[in-house]
Amino acid sequence: MTALSVSARPEEDASLRPVPWRRMGWVTWRQHRSTLAWVVVFLGALAVGLLLTGHQLHQAYVTAVAACRPPANSLTCPNATIAFDGTNGFLANGGILQATPALIGAFAGAPLLARELETGTFRYAWTQGFGPWRWALAKLVPLAVLLATAAGVFSLVLNWYYQPYFVAANQNLGLEELTPFYPALFGLRGIGFAAWTLVAFAIGSLAGMLIRRVVPAIAATIFAYAALAFAAGGWLRPHYLSPAVTTSLNIPGSAWVQNQWWTKNGKFAFSGWPPDSLFERYCPKGPPGPAGPNGKPKAVSLAECLTPHGYTQWTSFQPASRFWPFQWIEGGWLLVLSALLIAVTVWLVRRRAT
Amino acid sequence: MNVIESRGLGKRYHSTWALRECTVAIPAGHVAALVGPNGAGKTTLLNLATGLAAPSAGGVTVLGGRPAGSPAALDGIAFVAQDMPMYKNLSARDMLHLTRNLNRRFDQQYAETRLGELGIPLKRKAGKLSGGQQAQLALTLALARRPRLLVLDEPMAMLDPIARHDFMASVMTAMVEGKGEGEEGGVSVVLSSHVLAELERVADYLILMSRGRVQVAGEVDDLLASHRMLTGPAAEADRYAERLSVVHARRGEAQAHLLVRGTADDPVAPGWEAHPVGLEELALAYLREPAAAALPGPDRARRGNASQPEVSR
Repeated sequence: MTALSVSARPEEDASLRPVPWRRMGWVTWRQHRSTLAWVVVFLGALAVGLLLTGHQLHQAYVTAVAACRPPANSLTCPNATIAFDGTNGFLANGGILQATPALIGAFAGAPLLARELETGTFRYAWTQGFGPWRWALAKLVPLAVLLATAAGVFSLVLNWYYQPYFVAANQNLGLEELTPFYPALFGLRGIGFAAWTLVAFAIGSLAGMLIRRVVPAIAATIFAYAALAFAAGGWLRPHYLSPAVTTSLNIPGSAWVQNQWWTKNGKFAFSGWPPDSLFERYCPKGPPGPAGPNGKPKAVSLAECLTPHGYTQWTSFQPASRFWPFQWIEGGWLLVLSALLIAVTVWLVRRRAT
Repeated sequence: MNVIESRGLGKRYHSTWALRECTVAIPAGHVAALVGPNGAGKTTLLNLATGLAAPSAGGVTVLGGRPAGSPAALDGIAFVAQDMPMYKNLSARDMLHLTRNLNRRFDQQYAETRLGELGIPLKRKAGKLSGGQQAQLALTLALARRPRLLVLDEPMAMLDPIARHDFMASVMTAMVEGKGEGEEGGVSVVLSSHVLAELERVADYLILMSRGRVQVAGEVDDLLASHRMLTGPAAEADRYAERLSVVHARRGEAQAHLLVRGTADDPVAPGWEAHPVGLEELALAYLREPAAAALPGPDRARRGNASQPEVSR
């Protein structure tokens, strides 16, 4: 075989136009349509279940409100409220729904790159003319948008389902009135669900790129998501906006009480429960009032014996009206974090670290 | 033009160097065989050349100076990786469509005709094809991109002897066809293998690697012309060898075989016979002597026509 000289034509190569982005549309759709179908089927089944159980919940709520409207019958009202509280109790605290974004992220996001790396198909995909980092970007971004959209549509059902718990003045009817900041439900309502699904997908894709094996990447995604969700709920969320402070004893049930402390003559006295000596001196009639929802005696009762002696109760809280600002803040930083995680993933693909 | 050119190229995985100080220039227009034992660094070199890995040291360009992994480089190279990775759940037709969407050029007509001739049903999933068919599908996808460089990593490792033969015949046909296209230029082939016997018929350029370094590089004809096997009495072997450039010596009870550097015109001592060497024989001799090397000088590597290897020991 004789060598045939090949004329190099650098001028052609310099003006080489990249393969158009839209060509990846078919590729992404063909390779991930089954994942998308599974997500839609999964969310659809959950939505149907929520619509059915939600119907019961809303029925029970309407019944309870009707029964407790003054003049309330002394027996039917408590019966109806108990019936409402008992309806689908397993979902009242968010239940399995809180795991949904993590599951979508883990099963849709983690295998995306991990499977390519595990089976070796990245050697095919990343040596095509489209180029590896553009390939990764053209897969991750549309899928992230589609999944977040699906989650957003699904969360409309969640919003509807949990409505009865958050109606103002539920307390007056003897019904539970949750603060809209209730940690277990905050991420399921508003834009929270879509944002958390998005970040779960982004975590999954990065975990897949780093770990390179499907099953460990899925496990890592769920673990990292849980850690982030707990950190956000426990440490970050209370600080999105500086809390309102009041000396009023009438804190609405919808408020998210963050801290309570007492002052005397303008000076800090104690926070939370009073010291035993103080308590025995001013509240000799024993533990005041019935226990509140969190097991502590109601502050109002404590105030009854302490206020006359010059003590003032201060409460810092997030009013319910801040629900949407909090949703936008949380959605905002989750969006930024997701974009960052996806950018890191694409950068890792570009770095071609095999 | 050099289809692959590297200078001081190295790749380290954690603390081990898979490839070290690799300076090589593979000229265009050849079927170049990258030969060496497992772990010699063949796959690493090909991964670096195709942009699948980033070098830890040095650099590598392809197709006359395009940086490895750059869009221009990816556009001109088609890579068939070891084990022919493919999406098992996609049909052959989908794999064609996928590859067409991922590249600027794709000859759909050629690909469909070729698969038809090979009897590979378009509807069948890639994972359901036989090993030989998967290899042929992977090769078809690569060739339909009309590459200027076809890189094959261990293409024969997974194949039975008949499939091997068919596969290499396809590569050779494609290379000849590619040359006929005139302006488009020929297609060059770089393939790695640790199966020496298969290469003798197809390769006209040899790069021998061992322990992460390039040991021998040059055109097969030149390498064969500049080496020969001397056979003579074992008792005289040591004394005779001192005067020669011996790559590898094999001693029997009565006779010794010395693979030496030298042309057919060189005089032979009385009692000794000279034979031309085969590619496999030559490669084995060098692989058994990792310290021996036959490399083109740097000036030749740059010019890209390594006519006569410079010999050093």
